[in-house]
Amino acid sequence: MTTIILAIVIGAAFGAVLDRIGAADPNWIGRMLSLKHLHLMKTILLAIGTGSVLMFAGQMAGLVDVGHMSVKAAYVGVFIGGLLLGAGWAAAGYCPGTGLAAAASGRRDALFFVAGGLLGAAAYMVTYPAWVATGLLEGAKLTLGTVPGAGVDGLIGLRGDILGIVMGLAFVAVAFALPERPMGKPAPVAAE
Amino acid sequence: MPLNWKTGGLLLGLVFFAAVLLVKPIGVSTQFVIFDAIVADAVSPDLITQTDDGYASTNAYLDKSGGKYAKNAANPFNYSFVFVLALMAGAAGSALLRGGVGRDERRLPAIWQANYGNTPVMRYAVAFLAGFVVLYGARLAGGCTSGHMMSGMMQTALSGYIFAAGAFAAAIPVAMMMYRKEG
Repeated sequence: MTTIILAIVIGAAFGAVLDRIGAADPNWIGRMLSLKHLHLMKTILLAIGTGSVLMFAGQMAGLVDVGHMSVKAAYVGVFIGGLLLGAGWAAAGYCPGTGLAAAASGRRDALFFVAGGLLGAAAYMVTYPAWVATGLLEGAKLTLGTVPGAGVDGLIGLRGDILGIVMGLAFVAVAFALPERPMGKPAPVAAE
Repeated sequence: MPLNWKTGGLLLGLVFFAAVLLVKPIGVSTQFVIFDAIVADAVSPDLITQTDDGYASTNAYLDKSGGKYAKNAANPFNYSFVFVLALMAGAAGSALLRGGVGRDERRLPAIWQANYGNTPVMRYAVAFLAGFVVLYGARLAGGCTSGHMMSGMMQTALSGYIFAAGAFAAAIPVAMMMYRKEG
């Protein structure tokens, strides 16, 4: 029961924050991905950095259970799937989580996105054996460094938690360094 | 106008941290499969069956990793599925509290209107196709923007960086070609 309460609290907080930062708004996604306005990119980079620093520092202080980490395997299909997701994310302005958030907040196009998504997920369920046969799903779970107690191999021989804090700080630094408008201001629109 | 990026980024980071502190990293796209499996199992009850030591499915994808997805579809009142339902409720509540998404926006986003005019049917068709491609890709990759890009890179998972590289390599050119005007 506790886990269900946590699901409700953390899930609702996640949905509310996605709405408030503009991640569920296809206008802001479009501006970010066409590199016109990187406000949302700065938000996301700062979030990854913040989460990373808190999690790894918490682990080193013994406050965060390393067993809560969940590292996904790296394989060729991750890159191919990333390409597909990226193309659709740009075209629609929605990814799986933000599409659901947008649909729930009344955006009609997001309902179509979610419907297409359910069909796409079903298509993958059916075609999964063909992907297995290609061998493109085979890979290993790896983190950059070796995180003590995580049970996952590190790519390089450095302590993963310290490296995680360094990477987190790097994400924060990039968030601050990125310009809001890398391509300059848009051409002024003629007054009506 | 969305939250200032410093406030917004900090809040989003705290949510990701809270998730891994209290339960596990955030992920969303698997639940599209779980929803499909719930519906499919209701239509054709042979899809998921209970075995002595868990659940099994005639579908190889639901059956993988010891029937993990089959089990979650058979018991939808679990953390990950409720999390996604709560995500939707939280987003809807937050949107309502700030006055709701405007009527024009709900019908057609401004960026679409600016680039393609008043063509909602075309927009819905593109959104549907894009949804198909996004979820197919997310399942092939084993995660989406939440699970791979945010949770993954936060944990310094190699898969997260590979996924992000692929996603932006495709997303930036597509967005630059499709959305020349800002909206």
